[in-house]
Amino acid sequence: MIRSLSILATGIMFGAGLALSGMLNPSKVAGFLDLFGVWDPSLAFVMGGGVVLNFIGHRFVIGRGQPIYAQKFSLPTRGDLDPMLIWGSALFGVGWALAGLCPGPAIASVLLNPEDGVLFLVLMMAGLYIGRRLQAQTQAAATQ
Amino acid sequence: MEIDWAGFTPIASFVGGCMIGLAAAILMAINGRVMGVSGVLGGLMSSAGSDNKPAEDDKSWRWLFVAGTVIGPFVVWGLQGAPIEITPVASGWMVPVAGFFVGIGAAVGNGCTSGHGICGLARLSLRSFVAVGTFVSTGIITVYILRHVM
Repeated sequence: MIRSLSILATGIMFGAGLALSGMLNPSKVAGFLDLFGVWDPSLAFVMGGGVVLNFIGHRFVIGRGQPIYAQKFSLPTRGDLDPMLIWGSALFGVGWALAGLCPGPAIASVLLNPEDGVLFLVLMMAGLYIGRRLQAQTQAAATQ
Repeated sequence: MEIDWAGFTPIASFVGGCMIGLAAAILMAINGRVMGVSGVLGGLMSSAGSDNKPAEDDKSWRWLFVAGTVIGPFVVWGLQGAPIEITPVASGWMVPVAGFFVGIGAAVGNGCTSGHGICGLARLSLRSFVAVGTFVSTGIITVYILRHVM
């Protein structure tokens, strides 16, 4: 129960942070990416604040040895740079710029901005599903 | 380069960013999981649970986190007494195409703005530095083409 409530509260903090930061506003995202037009650098402050806080917080948390409500920390282990990482991220950037939405803000704005949010979210889920299958097939082929 | 001083919100963006970073650290502390939204959502669609846990147990935390993310902006709305500013940039076919690109790109590239951008960079992951550099670059190119070429 406490675990569930704390995860819900963490989600609320994340959603509130997104809203306060301007990440839910597609025109602000496009303004940040419009480096060669009239540039709005605000979102660099979102990433700066987020990375610094998590850089300190993550080290503190990992230093405690074990999560509070799980047996172990599940951290990504891959360190190689593969073409899938580059191609996937490249396509992600195009989509992010086209609609000014990425996965977190897409969820957070599903009720606030339904005319963009719902259709975007449905196709994003379809893309995630297909992408995960592609990813699994490539991994299987690589280990054979 | 010209700066959009009228739209520049360094303090709100920095405070919001700090809340996002703190949420990532807290999720790791509570649940031991990376706060990558594309990964959280992707796990909702897989039939098997991760970490050899039953699927139901693995899915419940994901739903709770997603529910919180939907509720969060309304807390800000309530506290500031004004709606969250949202001005769409895409219309028509661009919205679903963008959503599909974001979904497939995040899945194939193993992460999105939160997973690579907030969590990966904080862990000093080389893959995340490459991913963020790539998606910010293609994003800048895309906006340049949309606004200054087309």
